[in-house]
Amino acid sequence: MSRPLLSLRGLSRRFGETVALDRLDLDVPPGEFLALLGGSGSGKSTLLRVIAGFEAPDAGQVLFEGRDLAGVPPHARPLNMMFQSYALFPHLTVAGNVAYGLRREGVARAERHRRVAEALAMVGLEEFGRRLPHRLSGGQRQRVALARVLVKRPRLLLLDEPLGALDAGLRERTGFELRALQRETGAAFIMVTHDQSEALALADRVAVLEQGRLVQLGPPRAVYERPATRFVASFLGGANVLEGRPDGAGGLDCPLLGGTLRPAETLPEGCTACALRPERIALRSGASGPNTASGTIEEVAFRGDDSLLLVRMPGGAVLRVGHAEEDGAPPPRGSTVQLSWEAAAVVPLLG
Amino acid sequence: MRRLPLLVPVLWLGLLVAVPLLVVLVLSVSWPAEGVPPFNLPGVAGLNGDSFALVLGDPYYRAAFLKALVVAGATAGLCLLLAFPMALGLVRAAAAWRAPLLLLVLLPFWTGFLPRLGAWIGLLRDEGWINHLLQAWGFIETPLPLLYSWPALFLGMVHAYLPFAVLPLYASLSRLDPVLEEAAADLGAGGFTVFRTITLPLAAPGAAAAFLLVFIPAAGEYVIPELLGPPSAQVVGRVLWQEFFQNRDWPTAAALAVLLLLALLIPIHLFQRLEARS
Amino acid sequence: MRRSLFPRLGLLLGLLFLWLPVLLLAGYAFSDARIPFQWGGFSWRWFVALAGNERLLAAAWLSLRVAASAATLAVVLGGCIGWVLARQGPFRGRPLFGALAGAPLVLPDVVTGLSLLLFFVLLEGATGWPAERGATTILLAHATIGGAYAAVLVQARLATLERELEEAARDLGAGPATTFATITLPLLAPSLVAGWLLAFTLSLDDVVVASFVSGPAGTTLPMVVFSMLRLGLTPEINALAVVILLLALTSAGGALLLLRGVLGRR
Repeated sequence: MSRPLLSLRGLSRRFGETVALDRLDLDVPPGEFLALLGGSGSGKSTLLRVIAGFEAPDAGQVLFEGRDLAGVPPHARPLNMMFQSYALFPHLTVAGNVAYGLRREGVARAERHRRVAEALAMVGLEEFGRRLPHRLSGGQRQRVALARVLVKRPRLLLLDEPLGALDAGLRERTGFELRALQRETGAAFIMVTHDQSEALALADRVAVLEQGRLVQLGPPRAVYERPATRFVASFLGGANVLEGRPDGAGGLDCPLLGGTLRPAETLPEGCTACALRPERIALRSGASGPNTASGTIEEVAFRGDDSLLLVRMPGGAVLRVGHAEEDGAPPPRGSTVQLSWEAAAVVPLLG
Repeated sequence: MRRLPLLVPVLWLGLLVAVPLLVVLVLSVSWPAEGVPPFNLPGVAGLNGDSFALVLGDPYYRAAFLKALVVAGATAGLCLLLAFPMALGLVRAAAAWRAPLLLLVLLPFWTGFLPRLGAWIGLLRDEGWINHLLQAWGFIETPLPLLYSWPALFLGMVHAYLPFAVLPLYASLSRLDPVLEEAAADLGAGGFTVFRTITLPLAAPGAAAAFLLVFIPAAGEYVIPELLGPPSAQVVGRVLWQEFFQNRDWPTAAALAVLLLLALLIPIHLFQRLEARS
Repeated sequence: MRRSLFPRLGLLLGLLFLWLPVLLLAGYAFSDARIPFQWGGFSWRWFVALAGNERLLAAAWLSLRVAASAATLAVVLGGCIGWVLARQGPFRGRPLFGALAGAPLVLPDVVTGLSLLLFFVLLEGATGWPAERGATTILLAHATIGGAYAAVLVQARLATLERELEEAARDLGAGPATTFATITLPLLAPSLVAGWLLAFTLSLDDVVVASFVSGPAGTTLPMVVFSMLRLGLTPEINALAVVILLLALTSAGGALLLLRGVLGRR
């Protein structure tokens, strides 16, 4: 990794009893698209506000290119933030909103006009400069907010749920646009989201937050396929988390499942749970031994490209099992099925 | 049964608001008379334009209008100047403090208008509290003529109307999303620039409402100029009162009322438009 | 967030400006001195004098009666006006209705007073009623003004009240009257209480309109106080101010508790 653009060192922040950030360390290299993924109350928005300077950390440092930003007020920080509500100034036109930050820098009039026009063109709103924000659609507002921060050419942009207020249909397209703009400008993006598919689709790296702690950091594929903790496993893609006891032969004896989970490599010391993704479980009759089990189908939910089965295991666990459409119609409710999976699908969890 | 809630207010407003205003209009073109009531309706002798001619032609009446508008404008401006930091202070106060502080601002309104004016009389008059203190400390030997002066008039006006100005400003400032101020800071605006470019423009409708809410009643004020003001503070409210009660010239009083109303039509219209928008 | 000193200082100074004269007035009400605002030792004498002032007591009693009835009438009237403005949909003459409903809020007191007096005089000429102006005419005038204020509060509350609440009640089997009594009225209660208090206060505070529409038979407390103030301040007025201040504080406190109770139960 090259020299980090932003480094967070041991950041902590409490609000009364609740811990929003708990000794958090994170490095972001220049030009990276990082997604901060977490549920509500995970501290992800607080983290953005601490970086932007709206909240002061109780402990720890925010370093920008090695320089400590402690005591630097928000308006003097070399980074910008796109707010969840967009925070467009209702009394200024679209162009006025976009020009606001340039005025504060004292950019000369001609240069300002040029850059505002450029920024509006970049988000496809050339025609809308004279409009007031309340006369724009949700998607247009989002792009004004984006133009307003990008026009300042920040090296680091913080985005608080940038797609959260958009309709489902608009979200995918806007996500791709966001990604393209990030590549085009070369700025580092830190995007807060609670939507795992958004994080996986857009980011170079995903940081998963739980109760103010960074629980896993890595490329989307790695985080998705090798979740480190129970929380990450169930939060991303709804993996089955199975508790058990090491059987001494490299596997996890799992009474709730009524079978044994055996990962490809040996089970690490002290591991008492494994994750198993629904789509990695196959219905196969006649299978036996480790990494197989049988149960009764309790529910079948059709999801378009596949079906989700809830399978009640003899030990009491209810397994989520994906059933692809190309394998034909799933067995009916109430039927007993044999399940099996590859050793590589079993992911030992360490927390 | 369903029509009752419509019928009651229509009849009431028609009888006790619309008709009385029409009566004032009719009275303003009636003939003065000796007797009770001291006028003859225009039916017998036709319209009488004398009252309007008098009020519009005589510099005394014209000055009364001018003084009333200047007093109202200055009062509203002073109230705004005081109320803005107060409303800002209220909005920025900790949540737990906001309600009690707002109550403290509004409560003087409940403590009676006349007792408050009484307090100013007690403070300002020759043997009053301020003169007493100044004499006791040896700053002055003879009491200053504080009461019955223009400053006394404005003190009383601002004191009476200040809560009216705080309320709409507070309402518009508390509607202002603090995220907008944060966004401005994020884009590079320092504290005062945020105030100048975001807070102030967004509070402008509230400030306009506050100004008008004070200006409109202040323009017709009678009691405060009468109790605190100098004899020269012959504003239109006072003149109307004198025409009516002392001179018993009801048509002239009515003409003054009609013209006062006309002068206030534009501010009233602006105020109602502002109210409709928020 | 930034905590700048300027707004807090402004609030403090503004509150001092609003309260200092009133508090001084209240403090000196307990002074034995004959001249108001001079300290002559603690004494109740001006309260005793107040209690013996027949003219003031009669005027206060009249004022309280007028204010209470005017406020009650104002709440009914304002409730109807607010209802029409918020719920009656478009009808012919609605702009005029809106203007008339708002007129008492913006008309200068001298204009309201003069117009109502002239109306009463002409009405008496035409119908013989009201034969004598006094409590009744003041009551009608104050109910009109108070009603306009109550209407604003009711309309604002109705506008934010979700119609779905009433529709849900209808769906669950409540008729229009039951829905009104069990859903709408309880939810409107805080506005109605606030409207009553506002109308009551406006009535107790009014000197201009009352002076116009009253006759020799009706002298309200503010009219008496006004004529006393014209002649100069007396210590009795200080004492009276304390009584009014205490009344205002208890009624405001009571209203606050009442509103909190009504709101808390939701």
